[in-house]
Amino acid sequence: MGKRVALTGNEATALAMRQINPDVVAAYPITPQTDIVQYFSQFVADGQVKTEFVTVESEHSAMSATVGAAAAGARAMTATSSQGLALMWEVVYIAASLRLPIVMPVVNRALSAPINIHCDHSDTMGARDSGWIQLYSENAQEAYDNLIQAVRIAEHQDVRLPVMVCQDGFITSHGLDSIEILEDAEVQRFIGELKPSYPLLDPEHPVTIGALDLQNWYLEHKRQQAEAMKNALRVIPEVAAEYAKLTGREYGYFEKYRLDDAEIGLVALNSSAGTIKAEIDELRNSGVKVGLLKPRVFRPLPAKELREALLHLKVIGVLDRADSFSAFGGPLFTEIRSALYGAQIPVLDFIYGLGGRDFTMTDAGNIVEKLAKVARDGKVEEPITYYGVRE
Amino acid sequence: MKSVTKPQAPGWKSIPMGGVITEPGNSEKYETGDWRTMRPVWSAKKCINCLLCWVSCPDAAIVAKDGKIVSFDYKHCKGCGICARECPPKVKAITMVNETEFEEQEG
Repeated sequence: MGKRVALTGNEATALAMRQINPDVVAAYPITPQTDIVQYFSQFVADGQVKTEFVTVESEHSAMSATVGAAAAGARAMTATSSQGLALMWEVVYIAASLRLPIVMPVVNRALSAPINIHCDHSDTMGARDSGWIQLYSENAQEAYDNLIQAVRIAEHQDVRLPVMVCQDGFITSHGLDSIEILEDAEVQRFIGELKPSYPLLDPEHPVTIGALDLQNWYLEHKRQQAEAMKNALRVIPEVAAEYAKLTGREYGYFEKYRLDDAEIGLVALNSSAGTIKAEIDELRNSGVKVGLLKPRVFRPLPAKELREALLHLKVIGVLDRADSFSAFGGPLFTEIRSALYGAQIPVLDFIYGLGGRDFTMTDAGNIVEKLAKVARDGKVEEPITYYGVRE
Repeated sequence: MKSVTKPQAPGWKSIPMGGVITEPGNSEKYETGDWRTMRPVWSAKKCINCLLCWVSCPDAAIVAKDGKIVSFDYKHCKGCGICARECPPKVKAITMVNETEFEEQEG
């Protein structure tokens, strides 16, 4: 049984990083991730980790140094938010394509412009097709647990892909939460030792990394990457099962909250899921059959399982804390609807909470009310709306 | 027209991931002549062995021995056509021919 402590999401993340004790961390501070880098650099200064901490001049360099370290054969980590992730962009793809098992906490924050430091998911949703695995966390506990599991997922021989562990900026990152933590030794035992695939620092087996890959090979390497993502669908639950044995905390592709007997279903990522659960309890007391599906694994997308979990519903409301500006709804909406292809269930998209706009239990209740009307009338007037926007 | 049969390169399941090259120095095996679209065809009969083409070739893909042109190294010639251009107009020992014509012949 672990120890119970009060930590913010950022503190819990920094603690997990200390317990992981990576060989290299190259990071640049950015709101609201700043605490992670600050706490971790304190651990380095205090000699609590053996990590080589590289202070870099930008996030592009942070990810570049992390890629270099991982290619050398080190267990390497970094952390970022918003513009930081945006600045890393080209190297984010390289990390995935070179199949380097880097683990990176991302504290979700809106992208500029106009500049905004608060939570939405436009940063990591933009990176959804970069080849990284993405785990989303409702609270500090999940941010902590996901980060430790991410090391095992990333480093699995059949996967070898980088993993982003996402949590909501300020709401989770700066909110104090009561969480259960593992002993340092338990974390070390759980993650084990990294066995790098083609370490540059192995002079007995010299390799070239990042060579020109033209028409005759590139397609094959992309096909391998796609397979690794498919393998991750198998590995993620395996790692979760092992983690559950250690902690008693169970993790799936997603969490279902009072969903199985529900008629109205909501789908939402990260912290809003907690707000929605509280509202569901209220609504259930007054007889409204409503439930929630909270995706944890967004990349890879467990399409089959999502479909099975949602197929019994009369109406589904997807909450997108990002827009894809496709004029066809947000990123979560298009994926959920695609997973439900052919099913005759109305799916509505509510783009909400952009730039940190508050999302309360009342808001969740309002959305359920709109969905209940669709379930009653069988008519969808506007499938994609911007919830709470001033007209 | 016969189809071109080249040796099949290994499939995605059997190559190292991420484009890693595990064999040092294997760039020697890379036949950059694959890029060529126009092939210089050399006539030994017309050639006066002035060696202008040999001097001009940017890829050292023209083989000379004892002051005489011996052959063209098509594994590395990229078909830039400098040799054909430098060959004296009165000699015209090198003609640039589209590779598609050889695909038909060599197929």
